[in-house]
Amino acid sequence: MKFLVCISNVPDTTTKIAFTPDNKEFNKAGVQFVINPWDEYALTRAIELKEAAGSGTVTVLNVGEADTEPNIRKALAIGADDAIRVNAAPKDAFFVAQQIAAIAKEGAYDVILMGKESIDYNGFQVHGMVGELLGIPTVAPAMKLDLSGNTATLEREIEGGKEVIRVNTPFVASCQQPMCEPRIPNMRGIMTARTKPLKVVPATTDTPRTQVAEYALPPKKQGVKLIPAESAGDLIKLLRNEAKVI
Amino acid sequence: MSVLVVVECDKGEVKKSSLEVATYGAQVAAQLGTTATAIAVGEAIEANLAKLGEQGISKVLYDNEPRLKDFVNNAYTKLIATAAQQEDSKVIVLANSNIGASVGSRLSVRLQAALATNVVELPKTDGGQFTVKRGAFSGKAFSDVVLSGERKIIAVKKNSIEAQHEAGKTAEVTTFSAQLADADFADAPSQVVMQDQAGGILLPEAERVVSGGRGMKGPENWGLIEDLAKALGAATACSKPVSDVDWRPHHEHVGQTGITVSPNLYIACGISGAIQHLAGVNSSKVIVVINKDPEAPFFKAADYGIVGDVFDVLPKLTAAVKELS
Ligand SMILES: Cc1cc2nc3c(=O)[nH]c(=O)nc-3n(C[C@H](O)[C@H](O)[C@H](O)COP(=O)(O)OP(=O)(O)OC[C@H]3O[C@@H](n4cnc5c(N)ncnc54)[C@H](O)[C@@H]3O)c2cc1C
Ligand SMILES: Cc1cc2nc3c(=O)[nH]c(=O)nc-3n(C[C@H](O)[C@H](O)[C@H](O)COP(=O)(O)OP(=O)(O)OC[C@H]3O[C@@H](n4cnc5c(N)ncnc54)[C@H](O)[C@@H]3O)c2cc1C
Repeated sequence: MKFLVCISNVPDTTTKIAFTPDNKEFNKAGVQFVINPWDEYALTRAIELKEAAGSGTVTVLNVGEADTEPNIRKALAIGADDAIRVNAAPKDAFFVAQQIAAIAKEGAYDVILMGKESIDYNGFQVHGMVGELLGIPTVAPAMKLDLSGNTATLEREIEGGKEVIRVNTPFVASCQQPMCEPRIPNMRGIMTARTKPLKVVPATTDTPRTQVAEYALPPKKQGVKLIPAESAGDLIKLLRNEAKVI
Repeated sequence: MSVLVVVECDKGEVKKSSLEVATYGAQVAAQLGTTATAIAVGEAIEANLAKLGEQGISKVLYDNEPRLKDFVNNAYTKLIATAAQQEDSKVIVLANSNIGASVGSRLSVRLQAALATNVVELPKTDGGQFTVKRGAFSGKAFSDVVLSGERKIIAVKKNSIEAQHEAGKTAEVTTFSAQLADADFADAPSQVVMQDQAGGILLPEAERVVSGGRGMKGPENWGLIEDLAKALGAATACSKPVSDVDWRPHHEHVGQTGITVSPNLYIACGISGAIQHLAGVNSSKVIVVINKDPEAPFFKAADYGIVGDVFDVLPKLTAAVKELS
């Protein structure tokens, strides 16, 4: 089995979000970037499935500029075999999907795993686009993934429940908990990651379909109105008469 | 050229988020000087589809194919693409649900459309540009996104548009066939398992949510959360550590790495308000925090707060709600 795991490079979950003065770009100054948390499920599950089969390869793929390499190396340290970076600023989801689809086709990958969504742009769309570009099924978001020969059994979360889906390779799945316990790099992994192959390839030239015109922060809250615990019931009256939400 | 609205149905009922989507679609149609047509997916009943007139829908297309009752990504994509071609729709609106966004992303490739998910407001269509506002950075920001090209697909975030109800207006329901073949159902689910929802209210669709954190001390105390939720007609939720240790099921975990909710009322009980938790709930209209620690960061994001012990406060709140009705 050839696994392709797509990882996105995102601001750490504790980041206070700020923008450049013209509000046109995310302000990266002082921000720590991490592997998108959902993508860690994809990566760990791919490694687990490869280990269980006793054969196969796990390739990580990122569409990004050189500053994403520390996190690509981290994915190699966690246990991926090799990596590809498509050298381009990820202009929009469709652009990213086109790059991933091109790599997936060229490398004839059997299982293409992603995260449920990026925690920065919250698109929930690259996986569907890649599936459609390749003409193969996408299962999003998957909570469980097992492989038996060329057949995968997945559990997909839907609002209010889950579906069990069987698909044959090749397919795309986007992963979320409780699929596995994401692994963290160990010392040996960090050492071997340094020498694992990381190939940098140019982007295919394609025009994005969306463009961010401006960012904005949510309006500030007015401040909390405290109700003494002794008269907790008053809160309910405020929710009905003042906030009008019950 | 009509605006096409994808309406999700469940056990005959149109989902609340789809009533919002229908309203959104009808308003976009008005902006563009055209009408809104809906295409129904899931288990639908004609009488309920006709009522989509109340949201401003003129016509509803409905394919009777029984296998469309469950979500089948390929079949839904083909169905909607066929409807969009028939209606010559330049704008397609769906819910930003797992179903809506999954289908929307496939459709955007098939129809060569620009896609925006997580959209929170009606588009701005002046000056020849089509701009939508969407949530980004897990609820910590918004972005205005310009959609280019002839076709646009918009996935509308739940509870960001209020569904209109113009009583008495009905939509014309027309049967429609996308001529789906067996191959279109290759990724059909072999099994569908629905959860037991507390009081039958789905968390992602809920208007009110009562949520518990580690301050609840253990799963045996969740009756307090459930009682208040039941009295309020609310769904129940929890923080990540609570689902990590299996006090509550994973589908109740809200936050940056769980589900995002935007109810009218979110009541947090014994939750500290870590930034990753806030990311999943901070677009709630009104936030209430109950925490014994006055320094808990959640109070900064709250509208109302009680500094107190959940074991003392929750029963009082439940009693007060019961007194109201
Ligand atoms: C400098 C800069 C400018 C940008 N400008 C715009 C803009 O103008 N308009 C706009 O729409 N977006 C813009 N983006 C967002 C960027 O294009 C996103 O990375 C892209 O939209 C995918 O994010 P998503 O939330 O849609 O992905 P999702 O669909 O939420 O991601 C799902 C999964 O896809 C995979 N994935 C996502 N991105 C990548 C990646 N880069 N490499 C490998 N795998 C990936 C991951 O597995 C992820 O979990 C910009 C980003 C940067 C850094
Ligand atoms: C990458 C990453 C992703 C994460 N994603 C999420 C996420 O999606 N969702 C999420 O929730 N968390 C997430 N977290 C975890 C997050 O950082 C916090 O650890 C978590 O939200 C804390 O949960 P809690 O508030 O229930 O527990 P605690 O932080 O332990 O808070 C318990 C609170 O209860 C109060 N309390 C205790 N006893 C009582 C009482 N008797 N009465 C009233 N109050 C009481 C305490 O004062 C305290 O404020 C993530 C973390 C990381 C690193």
